[in-house]
Amino acid sequence: MSNYVESLGQLWGPLLVLGQIALFTLVLLLSIAFLLLLDRKVWAGVMMRKGPNVVGPFGLMQSFADFGKFLLKEIVIPAGANKTVFLIAPILTCTLAFAAWAAIPVAPGTASGTSWVISNLNVGVLYLFAISSLGVYGIIMGGWASNSKYPFLGALRSAAQMVSYEVSIGFVIVTVILLVGSMNLTDIVNAQEGGIWTWHAFSFQHFPLILVMFPMFIIFFVSALAETNRPPFDLPEAESELVAGYQVEYGSTPYLLFMLGEYLNIVLMCALMTILFLGGWHGPFALGEEFVRDHPFVNAFAGLFWFMFKILFLFIMFAMVKAIVPRYRYDQLMRLGWKIFLPTSLVAVLIVSGYVVYLGVQS
Amino acid sequence: MAVIAFYLIAAVVLVSALSVIMARNPVHSVLWLILAFFSSAGLLVLIGAEFLAMLLVVVYVGAVAVLFLFVVMMLDVDFVELKRGTLRYWPFAVLVGIIFAAEIVLASVIGTADMETNFDASPGAETNAEAIGQVMYTQYLLLFQMAGIILLVAMVGAIVLTLRHRPETKRQNIAKQTSRRRSDAYELKDPTPGQGI
Amino acid sequence: MSEIERLALDYLPVIIFLVIGAVISGLFILGSVLLAPSNPDPEKNSAYECGFPAFDDARMKFDVRFYLVAILFIIFDLEVAFLFPWAVSLGTIGLVGFWSMVGFLGVLTIGFVYEWRRGALEWE
Repeated sequence: MSNYVESLGQLWGPLLVLGQIALFTLVLLLSIAFLLLLDRKVWAGVMMRKGPNVVGPFGLMQSFADFGKFLLKEIVIPAGANKTVFLIAPILTCTLAFAAWAAIPVAPGTASGTSWVISNLNVGVLYLFAISSLGVYGIIMGGWASNSKYPFLGALRSAAQMVSYEVSIGFVIVTVILLVGSMNLTDIVNAQEGGIWTWHAFSFQHFPLILVMFPMFIIFFVSALAETNRPPFDLPEAESELVAGYQVEYGSTPYLLFMLGEYLNIVLMCALMTILFLGGWHGPFALGEEFVRDHPFVNAFAGLFWFMFKILFLFIMFAMVKAIVPRYRYDQLMRLGWKIFLPTSLVAVLIVSGYVVYLGVQS
Repeated sequence: MAVIAFYLIAAVVLVSALSVIMARNPVHSVLWLILAFFSSAGLLVLIGAEFLAMLLVVVYVGAVAVLFLFVVMMLDVDFVELKRGTLRYWPFAVLVGIIFAAEIVLASVIGTADMETNFDASPGAETNAEAIGQVMYTQYLLLFQMAGIILLVAMVGAIVLTLRHRPETKRQNIAKQTSRRRSDAYELKDPTPGQGI
Repeated sequence: MSEIERLALDYLPVIIFLVIGAVISGLFILGSVLLAPSNPDPEKNSAYECGFPAFDDARMKFDVRFYLVAILFIIFDLEVAFLFPWAVSLGTIGLVGFWSMVGFLGVLTIGFVYEWRRGALEWE
């Protein structure tokens, strides 16, 4: 924001930023509506069903119809519930998932080394890590406030689960920071400029490191599944044992807010994976410096396209996992998090840092 | 502008900190505490220590307060009973409060000029995180290692205090499961009719 | 504009996002409150328990293992917190910094091995 205030003045700078935020919000909410439909379509496709196909052409308007339906449902608050906390929980989930998007850079800027991002934070990765670690609050608060047994059990399970996978997410993020030497998301993306072989998931320029970084990418992906309570780690809401976990007592728009928060988080995780491991807005082939210098706007739009394309790819992977993989048992889930991912990512941090120090990658 | 923001955030910190001890419901207390942590992170941003601000959120809001919330929400503590004893501690609390206040006044009277002119959140580096990283692991190596040992003690202590094994539960042994072969499970016999095995 | 003001200004959109998120969520709930019918009755408002009336308060005692997981998480989270500034400045602090961190992680690995051997990581 500071750069706009400096170049456009005290009045127009902030107004421009506000306009950007409004546009960003609108696009984000609309894309969530369609991604939700895509998720259901993929799921249906794997099961050889048609999925939602009645509302609008190909069912495109399904999410909007659902929204209308949610809006017209009665909000039932259980008699024994703590009303304030019961309503704050979904609002908190949704607000936090939303605020995380402020730091995501979505396209290259027209000047080199910059990007289109609402808040260019020096500690961008840490900010996202912090926000995602707060996601557990909505679930604990919702489960506790309901004062009902299934939500309570679901909240407990969920808290322990999210917490277990967060540690390995932290270690994986550190391996990427080690290679870049900065926590700024724009810097991280720009460190992967120059084609698919420089993306951190492959890191061919640090050749043997692909053996470490690619598994780290997989660990991040699986941990992201666990962190967002997606199948096969959807134990907090496992319908066959806990009915719907922490959401049992929720209906109407509070439930919608939980859903919205969940999908915002899933897409956020896809965006984070894109930025950390798949080169952000950089295409699989380098465009060449001259071309970028002469056509900054073409470069910006190409960047936006690649960024969205990669998010879409990862989102479809998320949807496929939901359709294909059977649910984990709780003790297996804890074993995977603490006994496999944690030591593996810790060793990876040591290997990558040894590489960085002895070969002088950072300077 | 930064001054207005400071007073605004500082007011939120004070109000939420007061609410922590005033709230009747312990869960509300913890929620106020979280707001206090958040606003303190805002104060840290205002002096340019953005890394510390994020760390405050990650460690205190994301981890410590989760444990607090666990304890007050789910451990069936009778808080009315606990509060009954509060009156006895009043004199002691007032004494501690006075000492704290005196220390703050002393520090601000002696240190104000110095803090205003020489304060820099990231000396000798571009960002706060780099400034911390450049000294913590080399210059303060001993303290850093001691922090590691403290964490080790905490880990061991937590396990010793809370871990109970229930002998009757069945556990899964993955290695044993996967190393099981068909020949371990059964063998084929060829009994002759009328004799059996 | 001073360096600190510039930095604080970069965080302003985060606050704006938080406010917008809260306002949108609040509006959703308000919309439901205004548009949807509201006919509460005791049966509808009782906690869901597969058709039974609830036997007792749902907030019961539970396995101490959940606390253990939370405490272990705090410790490992702190470990990660120590890694962040180290990772950004590894280029300048060089070998001393690297081995200092190896020592730190080594100490914690002892704890981790102890945890593993004692079976604190196993869920029963």
